[in-house]
Amino acid sequence: MRVGALALRIMQQFVRDRRTLALLFIAPLFVLTLMKFVFDGQAVSPDIGVAEVPAVLSEQLTSADADIKSYSSVDEAMEDLRKSKLDAVLTLNNGRPSITLEGSDPSTNKAVLLVLQNILRDHANIDTSLVVSYLHGSADMASFDSFGPVLIGFFSFFFVFLLAGVSFLRERTSGTLERLLATPIRRHEIVAGYLAGFGIFALLQATLIAAYSVKVLDMYMVGSIGYMLLINLLLALTALTLGTLLSSFASTEFQIIQFIPIVVVPQAFFSGLFNLEAMSPWLQKLSYIMPLYYGADAMRGIMIRGEGWGDFGVDAFVLLGFSALFALLNVIALRKHRRL
Amino acid sequence: MSVPLVNSLPPAIALDDVTRSFNHRTIIDHVSLTVQQGELFGLLGPSGSGKTTLIKLMAGIDRADSGRAYMLGTPLPKLEMLHQFGYMAQSDALYMELSGRQNMSFFGKLYGLKRAVLKQRIEEAASLVNLTDHLNKQVAAYSGGMKRRLSLAIALMHRPTLLVLDEPTVGIDPVLRRSIWQELRSLTAKGTTIIVTTHVMDEAEKCDRLGLIREGRFIAVDTPASLLAQTGCSTIEEAFIALGSRLEGGAVQ
Repeated sequence: MRVGALALRIMQQFVRDRRTLALLFIAPLFVLTLMKFVFDGQAVSPDIGVAEVPAVLSEQLTSADADIKSYSSVDEAMEDLRKSKLDAVLTLNNGRPSITLEGSDPSTNKAVLLVLQNILRDHANIDTSLVVSYLHGSADMASFDSFGPVLIGFFSFFFVFLLAGVSFLRERTSGTLERLLATPIRRHEIVAGYLAGFGIFALLQATLIAAYSVKVLDMYMVGSIGYMLLINLLLALTALTLGTLLSSFASTEFQIIQFIPIVVVPQAFFSGLFNLEAMSPWLQKLSYIMPLYYGADAMRGIMIRGEGWGDFGVDAFVLLGFSALFALLNVIALRKHRRL
Repeated sequence: MSVPLVNSLPPAIALDDVTRSFNHRTIIDHVSLTVQQGELFGLLGPSGSGKTTLIKLMAGIDRADSGRAYMLGTPLPKLEMLHQFGYMAQSDALYMELSGRQNMSFFGKLYGLKRAVLKQRIEEAASLVNLTDHLNKQVAAYSGGMKRRLSLAIALMHRPTLLVLDEPTVGIDPVLRRSIWQELRSLTAKGTTIIVTTHVMDEAEKCDRLGLIREGRFIAVDTPASLLAQTGCSTIEEAFIALGSRLEGGAVQ
């Protein structure tokens, strides 16, 4: 009842605040569109698995700009490809070189093909027409299709974080939190009410972004849109709980903005927008504490690889865990204002 | 002699040697106070003297470092007792984006008021503070006085047993102020206990008893009449100043 009342109030406030609504709903679409126009991929050194190919060829590959791993059987190599341990698998099929690309990242695809073409050119004794097949994606997938899913996750996260942080802060600075705490509402009811009230808008935003990305921007998408919404919503919940929690440590709107370079930007770096392989391993592990990493991983899996619950379930649970943790910490942080 | 009725009801508020400090600064310093049910108690003191902290301790929003606080005989802090507590804060804690009605409805629901009752209480409280015609307006468009009145209406709507009003009549015109005071009086007649902080001295005179607070201590707690008699002053304002300087200059009496 009280949770419902609080949720309703938040919605009523929202509807009156047109600009904030625009920020929540229009800004992500705008930025996504810009990114689509602007971005182009960058080169990486690909991991190629080789199986059942002449020794000469694999030696030559090793000297090229690629990390080569030899397998005794094709099946073994393909298994690692499916696990995303490899970017491509090279075999000989009736004397013709045949390459299977993992396919999720167009820039990696390009890099693999470039390396192979350079080497095969020097081989007179092999048929040089390369047979290319894709495990996921296709030849006409653009760079944007690959990091689009990450961006979708990022913008849901970013805008919800900002809004939740600022509105919870306003509750405090306007004195209404103090007034609220003079009523018999429980601390956890406040947090739950905020979750419910904002959750509705987060869901709307997630739906809008997903539909726009797939239908209007025509992003590559082979998975279920329901799963996509679910992950987007979970990410938004994490942003919501984190935003309200951190607003307890800010005393002005400007201080909320100051959290962006500390909390939001690093997550963008670790979320898969950029290739992390060049980074030292211990630094790479930082991504495990970043909610966006899990969200982006799941989004990519769903949109490009058509993954099901069995594949991204862990990501979903981790996000849920983050939300629960932040919400709990928030209930505790409210003790500062009322002990009960 | 007008001795207050000795009844079997527990006091609305009982503070027993309560102390509260923040960052090693003592804000409330060993205060004891009993306010009977149905009493209209005025709290007077300069800003920073600890009024707001004292109110929070009375309501159980804050917990005393030492000493005990009771509301209606129940040891505080206790969440359920906030149902009995109505509070009008010094700053208008209202949601500017919402209409007056939406604000009232929100707070009403927090006290568990259900549809029909809620609707009726909103109308009742709004007409009491003359806001009926403005209920559907956005609060951002309200004048300062209207916001005060809305805050008051919100504090009243769940019919609390203990009502604390922090500067309730600031920015309210004299005619309405008079009618609000009449209403407060009729509430106490029905048994509601009201604690008012005020700077308006003619309002202070309307209280049953006054507590003059300074630096976290009561320098006097008595009826307005006996405060005047004690100090030999003709107005509460003078009495307040006299009592204050007595404190500074040491005991004169």
